[in-house]
Amino acid sequence: MNAFLAQLLNGLDKGGAYALIALGLTLVFGTLGVVNFAHGALFMLGCFCAVTFRYLITLETVTIDPENLSPWGTPVEVRTPLVQNWFGDFGAVLVDYSVPISILLAVPAMLVIGIAMERGIIKHFYKRSHAEQILVTFGLAIVLQEIVKSFFGANPIPQPIPSDLRSAADIGVWLGMDPHTLTYPWWRIVYLAFSAVVIGGVFAFLQFTTFGMVVRAGMADRETVGVLGIDIDRRFTIVFGLAAVVAGVAGVMYTPLLAPNYQLGMDFLVLSFVVVVVGGMGSLGGAVAAGFLLGILQSFASMTEVKSLVPGIDQVVIYLVAVVILLVRPRGLMGRRGIMEN
Amino acid sequence: MATQPNIILHAADVHKNFGGLRALSDIDLQIEEGKTHAIIGPNGAGKSTLLNVIIGRIPPSSGAVVFDGQVLTGKAPHEINQLGISRVFQTPEIFVDLPVLHNVMAPAFARRDGAFRVNMLRSVDSETEIREEAEQLLQDVGLYARRFDTSGALSRGDKRRLELAMCLIQRPRLLLLDEPTAGMSRHDTNTTIDLLKKIKSSGMTKVIIEHDMHVVFSLADKISVLAQGRIIASGLPHQIKEDPRVQEAYLGGSVQ
Amino acid sequence: MVSLSRTDLSKLAIFAAIVLTMPIWLAPFGAAYPGLMQKFAIYAIFAIGFNILFGLTGYLSFGHAAFLGVGSYTTVWSFKLLTMDILPAMALAVVVTGIFALVIGYFCLRRTGIYFSILTLAFAQMCYSLAYSVLTPITNGETGLLLAKNDPRVLDALFGASASTDGLPHPTLLGGSISGYTGFYICAVLLIVSFYISQLIFRSPFGLALRGIKSNQTRMSYTGFNTKPYTLAAFVISGMFAGLAGALLSVTDPLAGAERMKWTESGNVVLMTILGGVGTLYGPVVGAWLIKYFENIFSAINTNILHSFLSFLPDGLEQVVVAVLSKFVGEGWHLTLGLLFVLIVVFLPGGLVEGSQRLARWLTGRLKGSGAQPHPHPAE
Ligand SMILES: Nc1ncnc2c1ncn2[C@@H]1O[C@H](COP(=O)(O)OP(=O)(O)OP(=O)(O)O)[C@@H](O)[C@H]1O
Ligand SMILES: [Mg+2]
Repeated sequence: MNAFLAQLLNGLDKGGAYALIALGLTLVFGTLGVVNFAHGALFMLGCFCAVTFRYLITLETVTIDPENLSPWGTPVEVRTPLVQNWFGDFGAVLVDYSVPISILLAVPAMLVIGIAMERGIIKHFYKRSHAEQILVTFGLAIVLQEIVKSFFGANPIPQPIPSDLRSAADIGVWLGMDPHTLTYPWWRIVYLAFSAVVIGGVFAFLQFTTFGMVVRAGMADRETVGVLGIDIDRRFTIVFGLAAVVAGVAGVMYTPLLAPNYQLGMDFLVLSFVVVVVGGMGSLGGAVAAGFLLGILQSFASMTEVKSLVPGIDQVVIYLVAVVILLVRPRGLMGRRGIMEN
Repeated sequence: MATQPNIILHAADVHKNFGGLRALSDIDLQIEEGKTHAIIGPNGAGKSTLLNVIIGRIPPSSGAVVFDGQVLTGKAPHEINQLGISRVFQTPEIFVDLPVLHNVMAPAFARRDGAFRVNMLRSVDSETEIREEAEQLLQDVGLYARRFDTSGALSRGDKRRLELAMCLIQRPRLLLLDEPTAGMSRHDTNTTIDLLKKIKSSGMTKVIIEHDMHVVFSLADKISVLAQGRIIASGLPHQIKEDPRVQEAYLGGSVQ
Repeated sequence: MVSLSRTDLSKLAIFAAIVLTMPIWLAPFGAAYPGLMQKFAIYAIFAIGFNILFGLTGYLSFGHAAFLGVGSYTTVWSFKLLTMDILPAMALAVVVTGIFALVIGYFCLRRTGIYFSILTLAFAQMCYSLAYSVLTPITNGETGLLLAKNDPRVLDALFGASASTDGLPHPTLLGGSISGYTGFYICAVLLIVSFYISQLIFRSPFGLALRGIKSNQTRMSYTGFNTKPYTLAAFVISGMFAGLAGALLSVTDPLAGAERMKWTESGNVVLMTILGGVGTLYGPVVGAWLIKYFENIFSAINTNILHSFLSFLPDGLEQVVVAVLSKFVGEGWHLTLGLLFVLIVVFLPGGLVEGSQRLARWLTGRLKGSGAQPHPHPAE
């Protein structure tokens, strides 16, 4: 039972990331009708917002302390982050919490990137075939990841968890079990809560604002909304920007769990497409449900007991699910009947 | 006994619902071999839906369609076509990025080689027999001069005539025509009528949906009237003309 | 020869001449060494095969790298278990890849459009991760599959072909060595054969059916074509070409690694085909050559070369220009490639072949004056 609970928990944070990426992917597909193969790259860019922020915040001044000699008799170089010079202890806290704080950088940055992408390229592909959309966004994904590579190199750049959150929570105790039977790292709890908040925020935005209403109407029936003469264009841009921001912040918070490298986007893209397909193309609820479901499934598949039963299952379980779903129920778990059913 | 008509197609007790909408109810339609059977009715009456059920595009909610002793319902579209049924669609379905000539030749290969054959050793252009047949048909429909053009560049009326040629080259036993002259000029309409009259003598059975009464009365041997998914009348052209129900439901009492 | 018209035959002859004289006309470009020319031939075969699927039927596969990988692994296994002769190895590779493509195609082709693309991508990623994990006994994981001195090589042992006493054995063709130019000419001949097969398919009723599927699948089925087996046949044929390309990669360099199955490889072949021109005969070949050539040139350029190249600029400016350019060469070559890709899809969807045709038409139109009106515009 505990092992079961532990796996369930382990799957949740991964599921949260899948859900956040898939949410944007399906939002863009549902409203703009665009198949965005660069969406994974947006997640990756989010990760590198965190990396950049940390880089900036840890820029150092080097002073030489002549009083203080190293064992070799040379003066010691003292490195102090600039922020610490300026803000003292508060600066140190800033450095410690660089990952969550970099969301402040990521939101505007991703918004700008998303809007630029949509205005610059995606806009011209609304009327072109899905194949061409796939091709151009695929090219974009390559460009984005290569740009990142040329600035940050090819190696993963680990990001630290804020020191207060590095320990694990003894969840078992909360549930009335003995201490140390079920623990779960604090940062994963934070990620889970974070994704829940973002998902809730997106849904609330779509549910309770007029803007959101139009977007939902557009997802239900694109032609009609177009005919109504609503200024679709500007809304499309905002939707794309929103999707980029959601993918970006999902990436920011994920960096302590998985050190980002420039290729990360493509791995997550394939996975999140699978999530979207399983959930049902164009279904927001489906994307979220399928994201968590697949995250949990993946975590169960990587249990040693399961792996010894079916070797390699942890590597392929997600794809297997996608293949089965596409073949048996192509509209996915919650997709509407008739949407892309062939 | 001697003149017992041979029924080639029989739609028996066909119903079709789209959600709550009853697009077809209680359809019982018999098509005689070698005859031209027109189906008329107001917009949204269910005429195209009836053809869709026949060619296997949509399954009927209940009922069955029998063609020459074989049940069509449940068969795949290409199987139904291979039995000898071709259709001209209401919005032309052609190969828009292929040349006109190849548009007409492709269906001939399906007729000759069956539903699937990997035929790599000959070139399309060296298939002289089929090529000549296609060119002849293009001449008949008046598109010969444009045979090397990409068919997407044709006008709406020309696309219709091209699609007609694509169906005719299959020499189907049953030809279904969904508004074959819509979007054509009067002159082109008359050429099409002449062409259809000519193949009438070749013994091909035709079902034709048409709003243009001139076309209907020049071609039809028999007419069925569809309104709100039901056949409200069926009979010879003069009977239909005089039927008060028809005049009320469709012709608005104003046909000469 | 079967079925090719005179113009087609002359096209084939010209193509053959171009391929076989590569060592001559590539010399001024500094690309006339066997190792690189082999790559030209091999990737052209890969792209030709991909084009038979994507160019004719319009089905965009993102999983063709899997076939490249399967072809490579099969070849190395044939070297290890049977014989160092390349003929059985290549034949096996093509057959095994064909069967593999049949199975994958059977599933993927039950869907069209983006779903097909995602399915192929998922299958290929699955193969890729499996090659690194469970299938290590077959693939030798990250190290890659290598020849070993004590491999059984049953056939070689049977016919008493004496294993050379020193070092690893080398692939042979009927007993002869295939190193250097021989290797290139083997690839070149196979490229010409591949081109010929693709010509046959393009011209044939089979090819017409495939184009029909791309153009209007609905019309195809209501015209009596069973589209499923047609697309499956195209998928398998194109997979077999990829298998042959994979085999040649291992023939010219006897090892096989899982990175050949990665999505970037699949993306590469899409790129080559798009760059040259989807659905044209020459396009994929042109695309493959250009990309492999520039990959070779661009990735060899480093900042030193750039500095010496731009030394005529004033110093400060030179630093800036070099700094910018260096992002696009060497390691950054993929960035250039990605940009090129986006530009082609946006501005020249027909690829270079169509682009040059358009240019030629425009030029001749200019020469003839304004009288010629080449094509009427679509009515709607
Ligand atoms: N696939 C479908 N799904 C839902 N409703 C449909 C579908 N096809 C047709 N209908 C509805 O069924 C009814 C009959 O349509 P149908 O196209 O058969 O009419 P029609 O007689 O051919 O009209 P027209 O003369 O305009 O071509 C219409 O109300 C139409 O909206
Ligand atoms: Mg209709």
